[in-house]
Amino acid sequence: MDANEHVMEITDLRRVYAGGFEAVRGITFHVKRGEVFALLGTNGAGKTSTVEVIEGLSPPASGRVRVLGRDPYTERAAVRPRTGVMLQEGGFPAELTVAETVRMWAGCVSGARPEGEVLHLVGLGGRAGVRVKQLSGGERRRLDLALALLGDPEVLFLDEPTTGLDAEGRRDTWDLVRALRDGGTTVLLTTHYLDEAEGLADRLAILHDGRIATTGTPAEVTAAQPARISFRLPDGYFLGDLPPLAELGVCGHEVDGGVVRLRTRELQRTATGVLTWAERSGVVLSGLDARSASLEEAFLGIAREQEVMA
Amino acid sequence: MSSIALAPAGRRMRALARAELALLGRNRGVVFTALAVPLVLPFTVRPALDRMEPAKSGLPVGGAMATAAIGFSFLFAVYTSLVNTYVARREELVLKRLRTGELSDTEILTGTALPAVALGLAQALLLSVACGVLLHTGAPRAPYLTVLGLVSGLVLSPALAALTAAVTRSVESGQVTALPLVFVSMVGSGIAVPAGLLPDRIASVCALLPLSGPMRLVGAGWTGRLDSYELLGALVSALAWCLVAVFAVRRWFRWEPRR
Repeated sequence: MDANEHVMEITDLRRVYAGGFEAVRGITFHVKRGEVFALLGTNGAGKTSTVEVIEGLSPPASGRVRVLGRDPYTERAAVRPRTGVMLQEGGFPAELTVAETVRMWAGCVSGARPEGEVLHLVGLGGRAGVRVKQLSGGERRRLDLALALLGDPEVLFLDEPTTGLDAEGRRDTWDLVRALRDGGTTVLLTTHYLDEAEGLADRLAILHDGRIATTGTPAEVTAAQPARISFRLPDGYFLGDLPPLAELGVCGHEVDGGVVRLRTRELQRTATGVLTWAERSGVVLSGLDARSASLEEAFLGIAREQEVMA
Repeated sequence: MSSIALAPAGRRMRALARAELALLGRNRGVVFTALAVPLVLPFTVRPALDRMEPAKSGLPVGGAMATAAIGFSFLFAVYTSLVNTYVARREELVLKRLRTGELSDTEILTGTALPAVALGLAQALLLSVACGVLLHTGAPRAPYLTVLGLVSGLVLSPALAALTAAVTRSVESGQVTALPLVFVSMVGSGIAVPAGLLPDRIASVCALLPLSGPMRLVGAGWTGRLDSYELLGALVSALAWCLVAVFAVRRWFRWEPRR
């Protein structure tokens, strides 16, 4: 197996809905074998529209999509035995039991794992006899994941896999995805949880308005963003009382009520300057918070930039 | 090659059909319509058949009733119940999910239809035997025509159901969108009204209706009287409708709910 093999190649993908709405406006990226790649974005950014084309459910309006070297839409029969798909929602007859649903799907995939093993894997072992309509939202997501894993796929598509799960369920799912990745499975994940992308993805792309706003490893994407310091000034003090911001290395600031937020690319220098000033002036900075950029800042920063541009 | 490709397809459709059969058993409304209507309706048309001098239509009362019963099976056990099933599975996103897997589109529609088709077939056979014994109709004189009629009717009814599902937005509206074909077929295709009783000009138009070909073959199975010209017409009409319906389904069937 070639680690540099591109399992997915997406080139200038566009998708236009029947009403003329262009949901995906020219997206290019690739996913290497054994990689977890996350598509991140707000609701309506085009994540699901993109993934559905790569899964082969819809043809692209234009552009080229290759999964395992083939067109997933026109060469469906060749691609599907090697992929597993977890859709964003449902798709189970409400009146079937969990076991019947898995048995049905097992009959439809080649080389299915034992049904009990898959249910155990996603933590539904004790719910086999329950009708789908009686499952909680989180349990349905797990059933969805079980079906996606049933054929032991090389390529796994997970569309918002942890939406509706509680904290423990999300951690279980993350552990499972990491174990699959370690076993060589290539994963394309969409999520609007930033910690999920940060914790799971080897590389990611942030989608905004049907385009890729930024892409790279989580570290690369966050490194492009400034760090942040925020604190509350006591009554009678104003931003102008601080030393000149440029000298502190501050590259942007906001004042909201009494709360000051500073952005900087030199967190240590700015923090030292602010704290030294506070010490000398005998000022107590309540709610003091200093943090390196996280994916969240990157995400919000991109949304902000795009709004300014629009 | 083809037998290698067919075996997995058969396995996939069997898995799907098995799940559909379980679902069919759990939907009392559909089971009632599918089972009771074809069993009861033929008897309600019997007085009318008696009065309409079936001799004129060339079909004895027993044969006319058995033909009617088979037609009702096509319409209620297969067509109406499958409109319901296709729409329900689409709206539950089941069809979309199935399309993420290895099943082809044809396998999805066929596998989903199998329990209803099997039910329709079992009903048709049972009713034929019942009419044969109770009304002394006896066995069909031309069984091959009966078989041709059954096969074409059982292929055409699911295809028409898929087509009707394409223009049906919800399970509830399916109760309306399925009606036109049911009524037109009952009157025009020789189900509730034997085809021979229609005025000639109307009859020649009605012969072009989707289920007229299969019904004509079924009816002729009892009498054994169908000249080769009529046989060809019925066969061509049945085949043409199958092709048109399959083409239309491939072109217009909707796999996901409208957003």
